[in-house]
Order: sequence, then C-alpha cells, then structure tokens
Amino acid sequence: MQLTPADTDKEKSSCCCCGPKIRKTISSWNAGDYFGAILCRISNRYRMRYRVDPGLYSLGSPTAEAKVFVTANYKLSFDHLRKGLNGLDAWILVLDTKGINVWCAAGKGTFGTDELVRRIGSEKLAEKVSHKNIIVPQLGAPGIAAHEVKKKTGFKIVYGPIRSKDIQAFIVNNNVVTPAMRSVTFTLSERTVLAPLEVVAIVKKAIVPLLVVALVMGLQKQGIMFHQMETLTMPIIIALAAAIITGCVLHPLLLPFLIVRSFALQGLFLGLLVSVCLHFSGMFSNVSVFGQAMTYVLISALSSYLAFNFTGSTPIANKSGVKKELKIAVPLYIGAAVAVLLLLVLYKISQEGLL
Amino acid sequence: MKYLHDVATIAISHDKCTGCGMCIDVCPRNVIAMKDKKTFVNDKDACLECGACAKNCAFDAITGDFGVGCATAMINGLLRFGNPDKGTCDCDGTSGATGCC
Repeated sequence: MQLTPADTDKEKSSCCCCGPKIRKTISSWNAGDYFGAILCRISNRYRMRYRVDPGLYSLGSPTAEAKVFVTANYKLSFDHLRKGLNGLDAWILVLDTKGINVWCAAGKGTFGTDELVRRIGSEKLAEKVSHKNIIVPQLGAPGIAAHEVKKKTGFKIVYGPIRSKDIQAFIVNNNVVTPAMRSVTFTLSERTVLAPLEVVAIVKKAIVPLLVVALVMGLQKQGIMFHQMETLTMPIIIALAAAIITGCVLHPLLLPFLIVRSFALQGLFLGLLVSVCLHFSGMFSNVSVFGQAMTYVLISALSSYLAFNFTGSTPIANKSGVKKELKIAVPLYIGAAVAVLLLLVLYKISQEGLL
Repeated sequence: MKYLHDVATIAISHDKCTGCGMCIDVCPRNVIAMKDKKTFVNDKDACLECGACAKNCAFDAITGDFGVGCATAMINGLLRFGNPDKGTCDCDGTSGATGCC
C-alpha cells in the first residue's frame, strides 16, 4: 500500500516526535493470561505468536530510582516476570527476541548484548532512571556479555535469579542470588509440562504417512477394502501410539531414574521394553512375524528419536554430547526407517497369504 | 541427572583467570568452583556448554565449543547442509516449524 503524504505525517507524529512510548503493565494475571499460558504449552502455532511489544514498560508507579528488569518478548516470559514483581514499582525492559523465551533466545543470540545495548539507547533508559543498574535474568547470560554492556552503555548488569518466583527474595537479599536461585532445575512438573507440545508435533507429522500406509494396507484386487484396511492398520496405529507415548511422555517422566546417560539409548531401551511388553500381552498375536518385527523396530527407533529430540528442551544435554550421539543415532534412524518400510511390505504380502 | 561422561569441552585458563567469580554467578549447573582465588571446572559432566561463563568472562579465560545441545537443530543441519552446526529449530524465531524450547 502506498502511503499518502497525510499518512506519513500521521506515522511521524505517532512515533517520532514524542520519544519512545512507555507502556503500562500490572503484575496480576487476568483470565486471558492464564488461558494463554496453557494454550502455548499445547499449540506450537499459538506459542510462536505469543508475544508482547518490545520496549519499556512501567509496573506500578516507578520513580527514577526504581529497579529495571530485562526480559524477552515471549509473552509467557514477560507474564512470569511481572507476576514475580507483585507489589513492586519497577521498570521492565522487553527485548525483541522474536517471541522466544530468555534462555533459548540467549542461546541463539537474539537475547544478546547488541539488542540490549540498542534497546537501552532507543528507550532512553538513562533519562528515565537516575541509577546505572539493570537486572538481567541469569539464563540470559549466554547471550549477554555484562562487561561489554557496561562499556557501551554505562549500565552495570546484575544477574537475577533463574525463576521469577525468587525475585522478591533476591531483592530482600540486597540483589544477591543464593546458589539455589542460580541452579536450574528439571522437576517432574517442569518435565511434564513439555510433553503435550511434543506429542502434538509428532502426531501432526505422522498423520499423512499413516494415511498412505493405511491405503496401501487396504489394497485388494477389488480395490481398496475398508475392512482389510482396518485389520492391517490397527497394529501399526497401536505401535505408533506406543512409540509416541514412550518417547514423549514416559521418557521425560522417568528421566531421573534412567541409568543410561545417552538420550538416544534411553529412548531405545524404553521402546524395546514397551515392545516386549506389547508382544507378550498378546496384542499382536494375529499379526504375521513380519508385522511383529515391524512393531519392535518402529517402537524402539521412534521412541529413541523422540527421546533424542528432547535434548534441546532439557537443562542436561550439551552440544558436544548431542554431536557424539548424532553420529550413531542418525544412521540408525535411517536404517530403521528403511527396515520399517521393508517389513511393512512383507507384512502386507504375508497377510495376503502370498508368503 | 547428568549427561554423557567426559564430553563437555569447557576449559579454564589458570593464568588468565583473575578469580572475579563472574563465571560462577552465571553458571546454571554449578560446574565451576573457586580454589585459592582461581576458578576451575569442578563438575564437567554437568556442563551444558551454554557459554554463559565464557561470554561473561572479561579476561577470555574460558574456552569451549559452546552452543545449544539440541538434537532437533543438529539433525536438521546434518540432513540439510551436511553440518550439524548449521541447523536450526524454531528457537531462532524465524520458522513456524515444530521444535524444542
């Protein structure tokens, strides 16, 4: 759309003459905030758009002496911070991290020194506050070099606690974090909350291949027969569901109790265990030996793949380790995919009585 | 909960370290400890290689292959570019694909 001269004037008057706008916010959550916090744990699409505008926000009635807290523009990050600041008058400086949380954005550099320095300048922070201290969440540290920010802006960074619920204690403690406040945890609830997104993601990926397989399974001389399709596809659906539940739910829940440290192996062993259980439960007793072999390979390999993909969501895995696992895991998954396809073909042929 | 034994690449130069303790403050896994006013890697297997310590060391005393230990991103990189370091998941905020964090 072409802007008319009048439009450009309007744009100018709304953004450029009056300095950066300070937005107001409050610490309490409304129903929409609670709803959003749940929905972004289920829908990736929603989560990727769950954002607030970057910039400076005032919480309560902050004076020039009020503390400045920095966060990302993922709305859940912002919401947790303002909730943790309950009862305080403070400034919140929101960086543009493209809607990604503090830790992930710090790892990718968007929650970084450059963006912080730019934002301190564009929001004219030095004119808003009379002091030279800003509080950055500790998990932002992989992206931010405190000494460089000090050199470039004069602002001294104090790394605050990891969890926003510790902020009040941190302030009472004269801006000092205790060792517990700076240690990342991975509790049962922290692990559980991640499972729905993982399940939704893999189910979405599996639907089309499953439909194709179902159609092939239903193929008869007379055309595609629904009854045949149902009989032959059901074991595949069960195996697929078992793999997803094992890799995306069972694995994160059991994580602290698994002796093996490799994520790919953790998933593989859990998958094998579940395969054996299903086998001996008689679930697949009407399935040919090829079909049964297929369930073993599918459940073990897919569960391993899903568990391995969980590394990025954990505060346990590291880059060098994932690289090491990758060298064995990826060829294994490719091999398993080929094996599953072959076994599916043999399964179909054998069920037709041709083998 | 610890990851693979002895793979983390973090190293601290004894000569460059001034003992300021900044790395200890930013480490989320208590990997680094202080002894005789110098820091050292005390719990290597707990290291996430997030790079917070190196980034915040004003004396360049800490080295390592830092980054995100995310299999989603690395598998992507390996399959698309033949290099695990080049892959991304949706944490870079550009794609709407499914992913980790």
